[in-house]
Amino acid sequence: MATHELRRPFKRPAISDQQRRREISLQRQAQNRRDAQHQARCLASTILTLQPAQYEPTEPDLQPQSETELIPELEIESQEQRRDLRDIDDVIQASRLKGVEARQWFAKQLMLPEWMIDVPERLNTDWYVFARPAGKRCFVVSSNGTTISRLRNGSMLHRFPSALPNGARTSKSSQSGQSYCILDCIFHEPDQTYYVIDMVCWAGMSLYECTTEFRFFWLNSKLVETGACDVPSSYHKFRFSTVPIYNCDQEGLNAAYTGPVPYVKDGLLFCNKHAHYQSGNTPLMLVWKDENCSQYVIDTDSKGQVPNKQQVVLELLFDGKLATSDDPPVIFGCLNEDFIQKTGLQAGNLLRFAISDGGLSFVDGKLEKADLHYLGKPNRARAFADSYSKVIFQYTVRHSSLRIEHIYASMSLSSEQGNKISDLDMAG
Amino acid sequence: MSMPISYGNFISLDINRKKIAMEVTQVLLSAQAVDATVRKHAEDTLKQFQDQNLPGFLLSLSGELASEEKPIESRKLAGLILKNALDAKEQHRKYELVQRWLSLDVAVKGQIKACLLQTLSSSVPDARSTASQVIAKVASIELPQKQWPELIGSLLSNIHQVPPHVKQATLETLGYLCEEVVPDVVDQDHVNKILTAVVQGMNANEGNNEVRLAATRALYNALSFAQANFSNDMERDYIMRVVCEATLSPEVKIRLAAFECLVSIGSTYYEKLTPYIQDIFNITLKAVREEEEPVALQAIEFWSSVCDEEIDILEEYGGEFTADSDVPCYHFIKQALPALVPMLLETLLKQEEDQDQDDGAWNLAMAGGTCLGLVARTVGDDIVPLVMPFIEENITKPDWRQREAATYAFGSILEGPSPDKLTPIVNVALNFMLTALTNDPSSHVKDTTAWTLGRIFEFLHGSTMETPIITPENCQQIITVLLQSMKDVPNVAEKACGALYFLAQGYEDLGSSSSLMPYFQEIVQSLLNVTHREDAGESRLRTAAYETLNEVVRCSTEETARLVSELVQVIMAELHKTLEGQKLSSDEREKQNELQGLLCGCLQVIIQKLGASNTAKYAFMQYGDQIMNLLLRVFACRSATVHEEAMLAIGAFAYATGPNFAIFLPEFYKYLEMGLQNFEEYQVCAVTVGVVGDICRALEGKILPYCDGIMTQLLKDLSSNQLHRSVKPPIFSCFGDIALAIGENFEKYLMYAMPMLQSAAELSAHTSGVDDEMIEYTNLLRNGILEAYSGIFQGFKNTPKTQLLFPYAPHILQFLDSIYMEKDMDDVVMKTAIGVLGDLADTLGSNAGSLIQQSVSSKDFLNECLSSDDHLIKESAEWARLAISRAISV
Repeated sequence: MATHELRRPFKRPAISDQQRRREISLQRQAQNRRDAQHQARCLASTILTLQPAQYEPTEPDLQPQSETELIPELEIESQEQRRDLRDIDDVIQASRLKGVEARQWFAKQLMLPEWMIDVPERLNTDWYVFARPAGKRCFVVSSNGTTISRLRNGSMLHRFPSALPNGARTSKSSQSGQSYCILDCIFHEPDQTYYVIDMVCWAGMSLYECTTEFRFFWLNSKLVETGACDVPSSYHKFRFSTVPIYNCDQEGLNAAYTGPVPYVKDGLLFCNKHAHYQSGNTPLMLVWKDENCSQYVIDTDSKGQVPNKQQVVLELLFDGKLATSDDPPVIFGCLNEDFIQKTGLQAGNLLRFAISDGGLSFVDGKLEKADLHYLGKPNRARAFADSYSKVIFQYTVRHSSLRIEHIYASMSLSSEQGNKISDLDMAG
Repeated sequence: MSMPISYGNFISLDINRKKIAMEVTQVLLSAQAVDATVRKHAEDTLKQFQDQNLPGFLLSLSGELASEEKPIESRKLAGLILKNALDAKEQHRKYELVQRWLSLDVAVKGQIKACLLQTLSSSVPDARSTASQVIAKVASIELPQKQWPELIGSLLSNIHQVPPHVKQATLETLGYLCEEVVPDVVDQDHVNKILTAVVQGMNANEGNNEVRLAATRALYNALSFAQANFSNDMERDYIMRVVCEATLSPEVKIRLAAFECLVSIGSTYYEKLTPYIQDIFNITLKAVREEEEPVALQAIEFWSSVCDEEIDILEEYGGEFTADSDVPCYHFIKQALPALVPMLLETLLKQEEDQDQDDGAWNLAMAGGTCLGLVARTVGDDIVPLVMPFIEENITKPDWRQREAATYAFGSILEGPSPDKLTPIVNVALNFMLTALTNDPSSHVKDTTAWTLGRIFEFLHGSTMETPIITPENCQQIITVLLQSMKDVPNVAEKACGALYFLAQGYEDLGSSSSLMPYFQEIVQSLLNVTHREDAGESRLRTAAYETLNEVVRCSTEETARLVSELVQVIMAELHKTLEGQKLSSDEREKQNELQGLLCGCLQVIIQKLGASNTAKYAFMQYGDQIMNLLLRVFACRSATVHEEAMLAIGAFAYATGPNFAIFLPEFYKYLEMGLQNFEEYQVCAVTVGVVGDICRALEGKILPYCDGIMTQLLKDLSSNQLHRSVKPPIFSCFGDIALAIGENFEKYLMYAMPMLQSAAELSAHTSGVDDEMIEYTNLLRNGILEAYSGIFQGFKNTPKTQLLFPYAPHILQFLDSIYMEKDMDDVVMKTAIGVLGDLADTLGSNAGSLIQQSVSSKDFLNECLSSDDHLIKESAEWARLAISRAISV
């Protein structure tokens, strides 16, 4: 006859410490397994491996993965820098970088549009268009309860609390310690708003290898949820906003070009729907402007004046060649050794030139000759040489520009015949 | 498993039966002889007989049991051996025995069963009782197979027989039968008849006390069959009336059995109690005050069970009752409170002198205090004003019983009422308690006082409390008193250690602001002193001291990291000492073993603590070699098994050491293998499986040379029927750990691991039962399987061998479909499962895209996970969504 089980005498301890040790051990193992899984998952998903912070290698030589796998996109000039940057395989860590290192690192992460010097094929089916807000292009990183924005050259714009995931020290965000975000933004001074033009990482998830289509979808569905688009408060210093994005058909282009927006426009941005987020210059994102949609069509000098002659910034290579910031670079000319020695210039220096009366000459769509006149070094804040497309765009603006009608026209053309407008037409 | 015997065999057996039967009696008697040689010989003969001719063996045992001419000793043992031939504790063995019985010739079984039923009419009580138990065992095998349909009918026909002893034996059999078989194999018609017979037997009209007792005990087991009858008002009223009447029987055994029925009804039929609760209250109140102790204990137990029910209901629904709540809370305890609490407080004064030294003690005072604690958890604040006057009145009385009862009452109500209600009282009481712990002349009072302080710290001290009861000002006094108390008699010192344990635990989340840290060194030294007390073996004092030391280390901060490092050396020295003894007696060996366990446990906690701190880790790692060597020597102390605590310590050590653990692996490996082979102590096996995971993560690719051995052992473990099932899910997870560590090198294990995973997946796809425990296990199994898949996919990612996994993808997607459809997975499985969907897409890329799009439920599953409230599920789902979008877009 079974009797009712006696109760555990009340004054005995409820669980043994051994059982507790087992449980703590199991919890630790489960957590380690999750971390290992998470690490594995993030490896291929991103060019910036997103390892959780506690997974930093305990010793410098224990780096388990080859560096090429980790940071293939980092364009690193010198061996010295390479060593400095190798250990920084983590956005969170990168966001903790200080000074020069931070600038160097962040400067290389933004996706930079080429200038539209010809109209791409299938523009009306494969591309988005939107009016670009005028302002400071920057990366906004939220992590560890704070939000930091960095300009294109890597320097910090603001450090502030935000409603982005883990963007402020509030009880709400504390539950997701590893969570962080990276947004590609333009800070628009007049209304003190960050206009988000792309989403790079969201809530710890990398979107680098996702298509533009997906990133924009994610951006539009996630950003509002967090309350980041709400009016500023003490835990949310700046408002964030999305921009209206259109399919680049006649209607969409028209809306982007002429439609009212709450910000000052600075040209139109065209984004290929299938492109992944790629740091550096890319022909899959294009900027185009004319007087109707931008105050700054022609570059100004440091005094805000449009110079008589177009100015370009090129990088001096070790062999004296003058290169654009493209990869591979386009060579605009060569300085002779005497000149270099006389002026004390060094490889890697950025140099400012004016395009003289000889202008640019093209053969078969390729730059053949440039008539350059050395002016000096550019502003220190410059981190990059001009891109080829920028130089050409500015050149065509001054000579025979690609006008909005051309873009409209190309759509009807491309939809009918898939016609290609060659570079030569443009260079005039 | 024996084959069914042929007809020919049976005939020849029958011819020899008489001779065998003659011999069997003698052998059975010899098997109980005082002389060990005689006994051993008889046991061997029995075993031989059983091995050579099982049917004949069982037949002669049943014949022996049934035979009235045989001595009772041989009949009883025959019955016992028969019973053991039908059932075993160990699941695997039990299954074998069941299969063996089912495969016996029908005629043989028929003859055995006839003998058993016949024995129920025996004039010898022990023979009847033994037969009852064997019948129930046979029934538990045959009724689920729809065999022996006539059993219940023939038992019930016995009820109407005149000799009361037959009736008694039959009721007893029905009771055992209800205990052994699950309710759904007995049809309602039979249930009705069984209950009718049982309740009639319990009735006050039944003149024979033996019959009434057997009936009352039978009802206890039959209650779980009575769902339908308890839903019928008339039948339920009748059963309740009979049970309540039986509590008033002049025979104490009947009253006890009747109260046991009430306890069971209180939890099984809680929702039906309303009409009876007032009567039951009166009955139990009287019993607690007047009854013999065993009966009074059951009367208290009734209220404890009702508390259990109400606590469960209130926890589950949080006090909010909607139309779909299964069972509402009737607040019986709240209603009974004004009378129940005084009754329980009275019991507290009935302590036994030596209860604090006796581990198994269970008396009125303890049961009453336990129930009071449950009542406090059930009703919360309402209990406080009812108990406070009792405390105030008694706590200063000269009689130790009154002071102890008052303290015990206070300690009992500390869990349940809100901190708002308790904090002001505790603030006043704390000082009093500290004084009592120092000065009270009675050890009983000091024991309970220290325990009460522990409860105060457990429930009212911690980072979540709004008003802290411990301030930097009183902290010093508390610690001084507790450390002093640790020098008291062992049982008081043990409680003081316990109080310190909870005091430390309350600072766990506070980090550097912990007021305990200034006293860290003093506390550690006092605890070490306790472990060295000569009498530390009493009242589990040594264990309590080490456990408290562990907790103090767990809650320590960066500032004391240096002191913790110093503690490592002390513990290592202690551990070293345990290794010095040579040629130990078995008693000494057991003590050595226990002490090593405590020391390894402590090392584990320290390693984990220091390993988690980057600064402390390097300082601590200088002892790495020494620690590992000591642990290896602890392993070497035993020849056949490995020490679980040492294994746990190794896991923590491997995690803290990282890739450098590789140098220890050659020497450690044999113990790892030994641990994986330990089927008997499945906890050891489970812990070792966990350590394999730790080592995989620490060594990554460098574990490869050991993987053949490890995988072989893990696969053996999985195929074993002997290994406890709880170890199997972690073994699957461990496959994932290995695959993640060695990547595409896992290729050669795929052909073994994948079919195992696949068949386990099929088994766990559907939970067949309503059994919560089974669903929980199934979910553990699913999680293990899914973690294996995750690890394998991620391990193969970006290698040329990913296509090897492609053939498995359809099955895995199907598995995900079926567990999604089943709708009974828990959050952990959901998170892992959606992760696997992502891993599959991530690794197989566009190859998997179309499969995923074709799968029945991937999309719904993903959407459900994306909208989950669980942060981890959502995170996995968002990742999976990205991986899938990539796979599909390529």
